[in-house]
Order: sequence, then C-alpha cells, then structure tokens
Amino acid sequence: MRDARGDVKRPIGLRLWLSGGWLSLLVLAALLAPWIAPQDPLAQDLFTSRLPPFWEAGAEPGYWLGSDSLGRDVLSRIIHGARLALIVALVAGTLTCVIGTALGLIAGFYRGWPDRIISRFVDIWMAFPPVLFAILLIAVLGTGLTSIIIAIVVIDWTRFARVIRAEAMTQGAMDYVASAQVAGRKRMGTMLTEILPNVLPTIIALLTLEMGIAVIVEAILSFVNLSISTDSPTWGGMISEGRTSVHQAWWVLVFPLITLFLTVLSFSQLGEGLKDRFDPVLR
Amino acid sequence: MSAFLEIRNLCVTLKGGAPILRNVSLSVSAGQVHGLVGESGAGKSMIGKAVLGTLPRALAVTRGEIWLDGVDLRTLRPAERRRRIGASAALIPQDPLTALNPARRIGPQITRRLVDILGWSRADAEARALELLAEVQIPDPDRVMRSYPHELSGGMRQRILIAAAFAAEPKLIIADEPTTALDVTVQKQILRLIADMQARHGTALLFVTHDLGVVSKVCDTLSVLYAGKVVEEAQMRRFFMHPIHPYSAALLAATPSYKDPDGSLTPVPQSVIDQVEREVTDHDRRAGL
Amino acid sequence: MTLLRSILMRFLSTAITLFGVAVIIFVVIRVVPGNPIAMMLPPGATEADIARLQAQYGFDKSIFEQFTIWLGGVVQGDFGTSISLRQPVSALVLNRLPATLELSIVALIIAVVSGGTMALTGTRWRNTRKEGAIDVSTGMALSIPDFLWGLVLILLFGVLWPVFHISGRISPALDIDFTTNFYLFEALLRLRFDVLGDLIGHMFMPALALAIPLSAIIAQLLKQSLKETMHLDYVTLSRTHGYGEHHVITRDALPNAILPTLTLVGVQFTFLIGGTVIIERLFSYEGLGNMAIDAVINRDLPLIQGIVILFALIFTLVNLAVDMLYVVLNPRLRHA
Repeated sequence: MRDARGDVKRPIGLRLWLSGGWLSLLVLAALLAPWIAPQDPLAQDLFTSRLPPFWEAGAEPGYWLGSDSLGRDVLSRIIHGARLALIVALVAGTLTCVIGTALGLIAGFYRGWPDRIISRFVDIWMAFPPVLFAILLIAVLGTGLTSIIIAIVVIDWTRFARVIRAEAMTQGAMDYVASAQVAGRKRMGTMLTEILPNVLPTIIALLTLEMGIAVIVEAILSFVNLSISTDSPTWGGMISEGRTSVHQAWWVLVFPLITLFLTVLSFSQLGEGLKDRFDPVLR
Repeated sequence: MSAFLEIRNLCVTLKGGAPILRNVSLSVSAGQVHGLVGESGAGKSMIGKAVLGTLPRALAVTRGEIWLDGVDLRTLRPAERRRRIGASAALIPQDPLTALNPARRIGPQITRRLVDILGWSRADAEARALELLAEVQIPDPDRVMRSYPHELSGGMRQRILIAAAFAAEPKLIIADEPTTALDVTVQKQILRLIADMQARHGTALLFVTHDLGVVSKVCDTLSVLYAGKVVEEAQMRRFFMHPIHPYSAALLAATPSYKDPDGSLTPVPQSVIDQVEREVTDHDRRAGL
Repeated sequence: MTLLRSILMRFLSTAITLFGVAVIIFVVIRVVPGNPIAMMLPPGATEADIARLQAQYGFDKSIFEQFTIWLGGVVQGDFGTSISLRQPVSALVLNRLPATLELSIVALIIAVVSGGTMALTGTRWRNTRKEGAIDVSTGMALSIPDFLWGLVLILLFGVLWPVFHISGRISPALDIDFTTNFYLFEALLRLRFDVLGDLIGHMFMPALALAIPLSAIIAQLLKQSLKETMHLDYVTLSRTHGYGEHHVITRDALPNAILPTLTLVGVQFTFLIGGTVIIERLFSYEGLGNMAIDAVINRDLPLIQGIVILFALIFTLVNLAVDMLYVVLNPRLRHA
C-alpha cells in the first residue's frame, strides 16, 4: 500500500541492528563466560583492590575495567553477571508472557464471568506497588533464582493481560471472527487460529519489553540484597556495592550501570523495531 | 468599480510537482455572489483556502496574485497577511459538527476574534454577537451564547457559524459547501438565510459548491472548474440558458430534474471529458509542467 | 444511571478491590518462613517468652481469626502495632506519608511541565528534524526505568558535579520546628526560604528520577493527541480569524487534546508513586517506601500490611481523582 511518502520500505533499521547487536554480544558473553572472562569473578585479593580502569594511572593489566574493594575484577563480574540477567530475562519474560497472554485472551474473548473475575484480579494487582510486592514475595519465598522468576511473573502478568484483553475484545468484535463462528468453528479454535496471529506483533513487542523489565527487577532485588543467595556476581549487587564507594572507586558503579542501561534499552528498542517490522497492517 | 477580491493566474501545486490549481483567475466585488462549481476534487475548496491562507502544508502557491482590498496578499509578511485576512474576510465552513470547538461555549467562539484581532471591547462584541444570533433567527440567543456546541442541533450550529462569519462585518465571505453536510429539509432554509444576509450586509460572497441547483438560487456569476482549471466563467442567466463550454453543458444536463423523476441520469459524455482533459494537458505543457 | 448510583457503584468497586488487596497481603505474608517474634527476642529467650509475645500480637490464632480481628481494628482506625518499631502502625505511617506525597507531587509537576513543553514544541515544529530529536529522546527516556535514572543522576550530580544532595530529605543541621511533616508545604507557608532551598536540594534528584519516564510518556501521548487535533475544522477556522500558530496550538487545540491523555497519565502516575519504594531507598529519603523495605526485611507484619493498604488506597484515590477530572474538563459529560 502506498502512502503519501511513496513506497514503504522495510529495511532492518539502525535500531534493530544496534539493539540486536548488543544483545547478541551479551548472549555470547554469557555463554562463553568461563573462557573469556580475564579473571575469576569470585577471587578476592586485597593486593588488587580498588584498581582503576586501564586508561587511568595505577591500573594493572588484566583488570581492564578496574576492580572493587575486595579485589575482584569488574569486567569478569559483569560478564558472569550477564548469565543471571539473561536467564532471568528469558525464563521470567517468557513465562509472564504466556500466563498473562493466556489470561488476557480468555478474558477478552470469552467475556462474561471469566472476564469479570480476571479483570477484578487485574484491578487488585494494579493497586500493589510492584517493587514492594516483589521484595515481599522474595521475603516469603526465600532468595534464589526460582523465587525471582516467580516474583517477576506474579507482579507483571497484568501487563500482558490488560493489553491482550483489550486487543482480543477489539478483534473479537470484528467481522472475520463472526464469519469464523458462523462457519462452525469452536470458540477456542477461533481464538487460537484467528485472533492470536493478529495480536502477535503486540505480544512480541511486550515480550521484549518484559525481558528488559525482568532484568531490572532482578537488578533491584540484588540491589537490596534479596536476589540469589550465592556469591555469584549480579549487576544489581555490583551497583549496590559501587554506590557505597562511589567517591573512591567510581568504576565499580559506572560499568555495571552502563551494561544494565544498554541492556534494558536494547530490549525495549528491539521490541519496537520488531513490532514495526512484523505488523501485518503496516505490511 | 474594482473588485474586493481579485485572483490572477493562481497556480497551486503539491510539493512534488502535481498541479492542483492551474492558472485560476476570478474576481468578486462588494454585493456580488460568485459561485465556484465543479466535481469533487476539482479544486474549488483549494481556491478558498489559498485566499484565506489555510492551504494544507503539503501544498504551495507557486504563481499568481491574490488581491484583497487592493493589496496583493502574497507580498505581505505572514503576520500582516493573517491580520488582514482576519480583519476583512471570513469563512462559512462545510461541516457544522466539527467546525465549532467542543471545549468552548458559543459566545466566546463568536466574540473572541472581535476582541483579540479587531480590538473591540468585550461589551461591544457580546452585543454584536447577540444581534447576529437574532438575525440568523436563533431562539433565545442568551442561552445559546452560554451553551456548548454539543447541546445544539446541526442546523442551529450552521446558523451560528453563519452569524460568526458576518460578525466582524467582513467585506468578503467564502462559503465552502455550507449546505452539503445538512439535511435536505434544512438546506433550503440555510441557503435562504445566507442569501438574505449577504444582500443585507452587502458582502462579496464566494460560494463553493458542487450543486448547480444551489448555484442557480444564490449566485450572480459563476466559474466552472475542472481539474483545477477554470473552464468557463459566466453570468447566471446566460449560463443556464446558453452554456458555452461542452463540459458546462454536460454538467447542466447531468443534474437530475425534479420535473422528470423517472428520467435516467445523463453522465458527462466521454468525448467531453476527453476534450477537457486535452485542455488541461495543453495548459500543463505550455506552463512547462 | 443517576449520578448518585454511579458514585455508589464506584465506591463499592473500590471497596472490593481494597478488600482483595488486604486479603492477599494478609495471606501472603503469613506464609513467611521464620518466626518474626523469635527474631525480636534475645537468643536466650524461653519458649514461654516466645509464646507470650506471640499471643500478644495474636499470632497464635488462625489466619481467618487474625484477619477478622485486624479488619475490625482497621474500621476503627487501628492498624495494629509495629513489631520492629514498637509503635502504632497508623502513627508511623502517617508520620512518613507526607514525605512520600511531597516527593510524588513534585515529580508529577516536573513531569507535566517538561512533558507538556516537549509536546507543544514537537507540535510547533512538527515534521521537522526537531520533532524527530524529541521523539528519539523521549523514546529512550521511557525505555529506562526510574531506578536507572536515579543511579545516573547520582553519578552525574552527586559525584561529577555535586550540585544537589543525594541523600536524605533535609540537612540535619537545619533548625525546624514545624507542626506537620509536610515540610515543603509548611516551609512555603512560613516563608522559610532557607528550609525550602534545602528541601528542594534534597528532593530534586529523586523527584527527577521518578519524573523522567512519566515526562516522556506525557510528551509522546500529548504530542500525538495534539497533532490529531490540529487537523480538525475548528482549528482551521481559528486560523482564518487571524490567529497565529502559537495561539492555535495552545488555546484551540490543547484544551481538547489533553482529554484523551488524562486516563493513561493517571495510571502512569500511580506507577510513579510505586516507584518511590526503590527511589527513596536509593536516595536514603525518609519516606514511606524506604520504611516499607525495612519492614519487609524485618518481617514486621503489621507494618507491612499497613503500608501496602495505604499505597493501595492512594492508587485508588488517584484513579478516582483522574476520572473526576475527566468529567469536569469534558463539557459533554458534565451535562449528562
């Protein structure tokens, strides 16, 4: 379809390249962490404590981005921290997406009692401050990866449910659905095969957004020391330590912060870029 | 007597080259009602927009002069042009349902320009508004002044828009298909109202419409437009009795007649379309487009 | 449906939601492993001591009984006693509430002013490179949550160019003798500009961190709404009156363009208030959110309940206020 600007070209935009690039880099780092990290992320050594990054005076080779107050290499910890971040993003993000979308579709398409119950739950959920709820859940469930994932799913399923419900309602009212019903399809069949493909671009955009949110929630939890229970490095934990010694060793805060910043930004821009690319209406 | 509005060789094009108005010339004097007829997309509304300075951003005037009250608008700086237009011209818009600001009461929508642009006092402006609302036969003008647009019917809103147009006592009014969006029953009343007010105030009126029947009731003279080009310009009576251009004749023939309700509709013959298209192409070639 | 009936329905719906919140929070925190009472007592405490304290706080009863007792207290305004701070929950909570409210409202004002300005500027310069720049920056700003903006601000203005305070609500050295805890408000009323300056110096960073994502959302929503409104006939008509672009955008289009954005902005504002939990922690700001985190860490059940219910109440009140504002601003609904 031509619009006033002439042919609508669909190249892979700069946005997709940059965000996809960063995330691929992260995935590689996470997969190859034990082999590419310069140091052991857990190795403490008082002789190498608070070394500045490589371009500053007083730096030591092998500690490219400096070290923290316990002598641990910042770069290695960031690389290893990527593992946790990506696992959380993938698992928590996908689970939240699946549960939230399922509930949203049911509410939006079937209407009636399922809708009323689910919507009421959404209202109740939206009255909770999310971060507080997450912290509370971790306190209840105990620390650990499973708890984090459960906490993220529990606090954020409404993000999908609300949007998908609205879309399902709009789509459900459209003529193509009525024709499917008339043609004798069962309701669930219609829901899955007719409506789902049309809400897919929205789901994709939300999914990548959710992954970014999952990473942030985990970072906040590790910031308040409520994340995983082992000594494994986490970006949020590094930021928390870095915050306290920010005047003496700014690099301990800055580099994990930049990594976190770029990661969250990449996830959301990836979502926007993918959504534009695959939207059947724009096509 | 020099005309109040004089358009000379006006060319308007889409940014990208496609011509919208091709060398349009016309003039309207005080007390005169000049019709602009043509099919949809012929460019009639664009002429009005060019005069009032409300052309869409994608369009631009590339040639020609627009003389309003003895000054070529194109030679003025934007702020001065706006002021002049606001002071001496007005628009009766097409759709009364979207032409009034839903967030504002009726009163201010009539009085604001009088106070802000023309420097009237609040009291004078409000008195004037009430005067005009009575003139367009709106019952209970006080209550209407305090009402919001959504509380009034389409016919009422069009009357208000007409009143608002005449409020600043403009020398030129452009009526852009003012009855198209109205019910048939209301159309006739509104037409009569516009004609009466024009006669009483002695305004120059440029009347844009696609309906030849409307033209015959209100206009003194008219221009026929096709694809942005003036095809014929004539006095009312002469036009209806002896149209010169085949396209004009075809338009007249195509008008359904209430005297012959079962008669078939006569479309514009292909030969006429071909001829008029050729004229357009010739024009473009000569203009180097 | 008459106005009275719809208000009652709204009230009922809100009550049900708050009830649901209370039930959920009550149940969830009692699944806590570990005995909060035991944590309070010194290691040498006997079983009898623990049992006595448990009875005192009512933990020996069933969940259902505990809930009923708590609910009974709530309708009388008694939210129980804090386990960790040994004071009535309602007093503690009301003591910290003004700080958080002031922070949220200052953040809202920053967001509305900056977001609104960007929207208006973007409309004034629509379809130019300036608008593109605004789009890119707002796109980035709303992808990054308040937590990260807070850290960035700490680095920039707390470390690199130490202009603002990055810790606390007010400098300890200041001598204030205010009656309420609404420090900002009272400082303004009493014309204590020294206090005012100090408060704003402390509040600016956390408020800005909270405001940035909301500001970006307002900018995008309002700009979109404005651009659509600019095409409408009454705006064009206003131009023919002689009004310039600036007037047309702000006086004709804006009042109509704001309406569709209100509800969404209201919801986003509740998210902003939720964000005070971590932002207050980050900036050591003595508000409700900061106290909440401590309460969770200390397993202080009554305090947790009280704070969560209060947050839920604030959220529902904000939504209510937005809906009322919508009716007030929309002439079409006022006469319905």
